Amino acid sequence: MHSDPIIRLAGVTKTYKTGEIEVHALVDVDLTVEKGEMVAIMGPSGSGKSTLMNVLGCLDQPTEGSYRFEGREVATLPKGELSALRLSAFGFVFQGFQLIARTSAVDNVALPLVYADVPVGERRQRGQEALERVGLAGRENHTPAQLSGGQQQRVAIARALVNRPRLILADEPTGALDTRTSVEVMALLQSLHKTGITIVIVTHEPDIAAYASRRLVVRDGRILSDEQQSPHDAAADLAGMPEKAA
Amino acid sequence: MSAVGSIVPLAFGALRRNRMRSALTSLGVIIGVAALILTVASGEGSKAVLEEQLATLGTNLLIVLPGSSTLGGARGGPGTGKPLTYGDLVAIGKGTSAARYAAPLDRTVVQVVLDNQNWLTTVYGSTPDFFAIREWTIASGRIFNSAESDSGAKVCVLGLTVATQLFGDSDPLGQLVRVRSMPCEVVGVLVSKGQSSQGQDQDDLVVMPWVTFKSRMMSQDRVHVGSILVSAISPDEVSHAQTQVTGILRQQHRQPDGELDDFTVRNLADLAATQEKAADAQTGMLRNVSAVSLLVGGIGIMNIMLVSVTERTREIGIRLAIGASENKVLLQFLVEAVVLSAAGGLIGIALGIAGAVALASAMGWPFVLTPVWIFVAFGVSMAIGVVFGFYPARKAAQMNPIDALRFE
Repeated sequence: MHSDPIIRLAGVTKTYKTGEIEVHALVDVDLTVEKGEMVAIMGPSGSGKSTLMNVLGCLDQPTEGSYRFEGREVATLPKGELSALRLSAFGFVFQGFQLIARTSAVDNVALPLVYADVPVGERRQRGQEALERVGLAGRENHTPAQLSGGQQQRVAIARALVNRPRLILADEPTGALDTRTSVEVMALLQSLHKTGITIVIVTHEPDIAAYASRRLVVRDGRILSDEQQSPHDAAADLAGMPEKAA
Repeated sequence: MSAVGSIVPLAFGALRRNRMRSALTSLGVIIGVAALILTVASGEGSKAVLEEQLATLGTNLLIVLPGSSTLGGARGGPGTGKPLTYGDLVAIGKGTSAARYAAPLDRTVVQVVLDNQNWLTTVYGSTPDFFAIREWTIASGRIFNSAESDSGAKVCVLGLTVATQLFGDSDPLGQLVRVRSMPCEVVGVLVSKGQSSQGQDQDDLVVMPWVTFKSRMMSQDRVHVGSILVSAISPDEVSHAQTQVTGILRQQHRQPDGELDDFTVRNLADLAATQEKAADAQTGMLRNVSAVSLLVGGIGIMNIMLVSVTERTREIGIRLAIGASENKVLLQFLVEAVVLSAAGGLIGIALGIAGAVALASAMGWPFVLTPVWIFVAFGVSMAIGVVFGFYPARKAAQMNPIDALRFE
């Protein structure tokens, strides 16, 4: 078990049928991600990067091929077990924040714990801790509408953290944010990465991909390139940027 | 249970976020349940009044009326045919094992006078058995006895209305009133029976011995009897008594087999049963109407839950994506529906009871509601939530999280 990579895709193909036409979203993809990596997946829209993300996050299952998560074959697991796996091992940062409206930050963050049957007192405590980790202590009772875009994304990241995941999957985590806020979010993800969590980011911005230690480019359902890189330090970049006007 | 314990607050939270819509959704069930409680309570209340009124007539009662004549195809009413006689009464009294009492009854409307007071009332001629048959007790004084009855003594018993009209607050016992031209000693005053089911004042009467009545009120005729009251020994024996009375009268009247009865025996128990059946049918129909409005309320809940599920598609997508099991999402939406319908049920029960109390006091009948109906109403409203909430909840639970997250 110790030597198992966190992700191992072998010959993964995903085919959608829309009427008579078959769409090959992923074609024979092989991919291995080791524990503790920070991977950026790039590609134009329609390249299959979102499908790859969904397969990695066990939100979707491959049509063909094998997906071993921490050595366990999950490509053929029934729906219920996939839910349980997502709940226990994955943290998701969805595109567009995806917070529940008119619900306090701490309740949003603690949502996965509700489904994990964590008692209410512990839920609140862990929700607060997660909010502190993303720098939002004191905003527990704010609703999404009362928070800025960057703060909402931090709440979303805190929610991804709260169940102590082994893998965080972030889909366009900086998509709706200005440059400085984007770098702030990447600095946060980098700091989480340093604590040992494996992180996979989908982005179409090369600047954002530069903060990862490995960059994949996907096109037409295949992995076009796969390079290790020395990541930019988001915290250092942030120090060199002008403060945002209050 | 811990799963349910953590899901239920989620459902309440969702309902609190949409207070107005939650209230409007419950309205259908509120109205349905209130209507159900109101119809049941008013049905029970009016039935109680009906039973009370029938009880004042005397239970186990049979009324024998003379037959009608048919002249050239035109049929007359009771009394136009062969009359009943005192002999018929005696024969019934002797020959029916299922009857306890039999009394003659004749009446006429007469002005009753006391000094400068007078009152138009109905005077009845009967025997002491009359009071037993009508289950009518004396408020003060006594009824006339058999000796007075047989000898035609000039005594009478007043109904409460007559006593009040003539005597006001003073004591009528031992006083003489003039009935037509006959002075008559008041020996007793009856307890009040109130209004009959037809709204007549049952206390507006004077009762005197039948012999006195026949000789003094109707001087021509000492034999014929206007009608005969018979009471059976028990409610179960009423129809048996009816058969016996019919047999005796046919014999008395020497009617050959095959000829129609030249008299009528009316059974008040049958009459009561018919009235009760009519009231039940009415209540039953109203209950069906309220059941339909409950159904409509349930469909309203389903409708709003479907809207809510569609509107919250992305929220459902988030929940499913982060790992909520289908069962828990289903449970959450089902709880929402049940909370809506059960809350509607409770409010509806309260409104229904309030309405029924108001209606009862307006209509002058007692407020009666068998408690089981409250549980039935609450149970039905819960069931509505489960039945009509299930489909929307299942729809939510079976969403594909990827599509749901992308839903605009």
